[in-house]
Amino acid sequence: MSLWKIAWRSMQQRALASWLTGLSMALGVALVVSVLVIHSVISGTFSRTAQGYDLIVGAKGGELQLVLNTVFHLSKPINNIPYSYYKEFTEDEHHRGKYAPYVKLAIPYCLGDNYEGYRVVGTTPRMFDEFEYARDRKYEFAEGRNFKHENFFEGVIGSLVAHQTGLKVGDEFNPTHGVTDDEIGHKHDAFTVVGILAATGTPNDRALFVNIEGFYLLEKHAKDPPAKSVAKKEHQHDEHDHEHDEPDHEEHDLATNGHHERDDEPGHDEPVHDEPGHDEHSRAGRDEHAHDEPGHEEHDLATNGHDEHDDEPGHEEHSHAGHDGHAHDAHDHGHAHGPRKPLPENQREVTAILLLTRQFENPIKSMALSRDINDEPLVMAVKPSVAIYTLFDSIVGTLELLLLALALVVIVVAAIGVMVSIYNSMNDRRRDIAIIRSLGARRTTVMVVILLESILLSLGGGAAGVLLGHLIPRALSPWIVNQTGVAIGLFQFHWTVLEFELGLRQVTLTFPTEPVLIPGLIFLATVTGLLPAMTAYRTDVAKALSMSP
Amino acid sequence: MLRLNDVKKSFTEPDGTRLPVLDIPSFQVAAAEQMVLVGRSGCGKTTLLHVIAGISKADSGKVEVNGCDLAKLPEAGRDRFRADNIGYVFQTFNLLAGFSALENVLLGMSFARGKASAERAAALLHRVGLSHRLTHKPAMLSVGEQQRVAVARALANRPKLLLADEPTANVDARNQQQIVDLIRETCVEEQVALVLVTHTAEVAEQFERVEHLDEFNQAVASV
Repeated sequence: MSLWKIAWRSMQQRALASWLTGLSMALGVALVVSVLVIHSVISGTFSRTAQGYDLIVGAKGGELQLVLNTVFHLSKPINNIPYSYYKEFTEDEHHRGKYAPYVKLAIPYCLGDNYEGYRVVGTTPRMFDEFEYARDRKYEFAEGRNFKHENFFEGVIGSLVAHQTGLKVGDEFNPTHGVTDDEIGHKHDAFTVVGILAATGTPNDRALFVNIEGFYLLEKHAKDPPAKSVAKKEHQHDEHDHEHDEPDHEEHDLATNGHHERDDEPGHDEPVHDEPGHDEHSRAGRDEHAHDEPGHEEHDLATNGHDEHDDEPGHEEHSHAGHDGHAHDAHDHGHAHGPRKPLPENQREVTAILLLTRQFENPIKSMALSRDINDEPLVMAVKPSVAIYTLFDSIVGTLELLLLALALVVIVVAAIGVMVSIYNSMNDRRRDIAIIRSLGARRTTVMVVILLESILLSLGGGAAGVLLGHLIPRALSPWIVNQTGVAIGLFQFHWTVLEFELGLRQVTLTFPTEPVLIPGLIFLATVTGLLPAMTAYRTDVAKALSMSP
Repeated sequence: MLRLNDVKKSFTEPDGTRLPVLDIPSFQVAAAEQMVLVGRSGCGKTTLLHVIAGISKADSGKVEVNGCDLAKLPEAGRDRFRADNIGYVFQTFNLLAGFSALENVLLGMSFARGKASAERAAALLHRVGLSHRLTHKPAMLSVGEQQRVAVARALANRPKLLLADEPTANVDARNQQQIVDLIRETCVEEQVALVLVTHTAEVAEQFERVEHLDEFNQAVASV
């Protein structure tokens, strides 16, 4: 009979104590493992997610806050910047932004609304057509399609939002003002879901993306236009508007004027409805969701027309009729909806601009790009990967170290529990030890049996702990997904990377961290098992045998 | 087979004085011989068995078992020698509660030179009439059955010498005779010398050779 079996039998004999000490060890190890797992998942996802864009441009302020808002849909909302900045990164036949040559792709981001607590992002379809959310991974649609630029009130939703809210392709949703669902926000006009994004494992799974053109037309989303046309709009304060009224208006106006030749035609604000066909079609488009009907084409054309001219007057009445006639709850507020033409650029703002720079074609200039942007009075450029790295290095890293230290203390406490449990049992077992000795076992043999018992308890508890450590984050995964958009798999391992010099060669060792626990636990179990093992070693056989059983 | 010469053993009292327990000028048992050792309580019977088994060490003298002087061996050597050569049956059976009958016998084989054999263990249990009780834990066995397991365990390593310390003191009269018969028969079958300690006259009188320890232990005589 092997010593392992003798140790195992002796554990079985004290089943309850063994289970409890094993459990405490399991909890300690589970704590360590889940900290490792969650850390590896989150840091991996954070850095992977942050790789999608080279630079994020936003209002001067907290760099991390800008990244958290744009990439992770977290943190408090941030200030907006004038639309003119966005124009500086784009070019078309009328205008060539000064940064355009250095930028492959610029995506505007408008934040500030939510739907049932999930953030709503106003952006352009290029976000999903041209961006990659991680290296070489393009967005795909699980259902439906991307929204179209010309269909202002279309949107797509992240996989988690679809799952949690039950929104389907063809459904409508009304964004609420404010980034969180505090139920006091004002409900906006409805957007139609035209696509559901395939799960990406990134925070974008828990966001809704709507056409920026529609976003601008929502109530309170228009910035006060420059001086002359203020008359009609009451100044409504909210996160977007009021913070940006004052600073650098000059700059902004200059910029706006610079590429806004088309916007200043008269008749902008007088509602003179003169498009009877529009009403019809809007009804069809919104209520039957028949986006691909021929009538729709017409609408698209019409909207495109607006795009060109920007000054078709008076859509207010038409849209109103369209909504009220169908008694959508959300439309019953009786608020005046914005005109169904694109918002003039001088009333536009964006929260952030996501940039993909032309790194390889013009490396020097691309490095200078963020410096140039930072020299601008209102905006800054942030490298998301750097901001995330800083976050992890300074805060998360320290926290994780602290958690790990705590978890290790729990393991040590559990090991002491193993020791106390075995040590307390020694009194009862003195006779058993004497019997084994009388059968010819040596002192060292009974000592080893006790050590093996300690090791079995620690390793058994440890193995259960490793399993538990994977199960706990997996069980928490829905909640973590909800909070961060990061999904955790069952077999997610933490890897340790060791770099050292061996002679003249630089050696890099990469190995999973968890197996390191095994020798660690054996060492710990041996050390804590030593005290009871010594008691076993010292047992006086003759005396113990004469004890009554 | 067993030869003791001038064996002395004393214990230290709490006040530091030495209390002589054994002082045996000569004591011998031949191979396969069966003898009984009697004596009043406290005359050193158990201590003598411990010294013969190598569990305790004699202060001086020669304890030769099967040609090997235990008094010269270190503790680990005595342990190994005991495992290979000496079987021990206790008054209180001393089975390990967590192990089944079969495992208790196997445990007896675990520390000897030979490989533990489940067949041998099962055969021994069959011999003592417990082939239907192999997987029972001691608590599920009657006292008579427990002592039979203990006998099987003591014989597991084919010892040269079986020491039985009042093996029938805890069993009823009917079982008492069965146990004595079993021990005597198996010792004959396995060619094992037997030293059996008892208080019971009915048991002692069945043996041809009965030694009174109070008589040849001079430590007792001197008190």
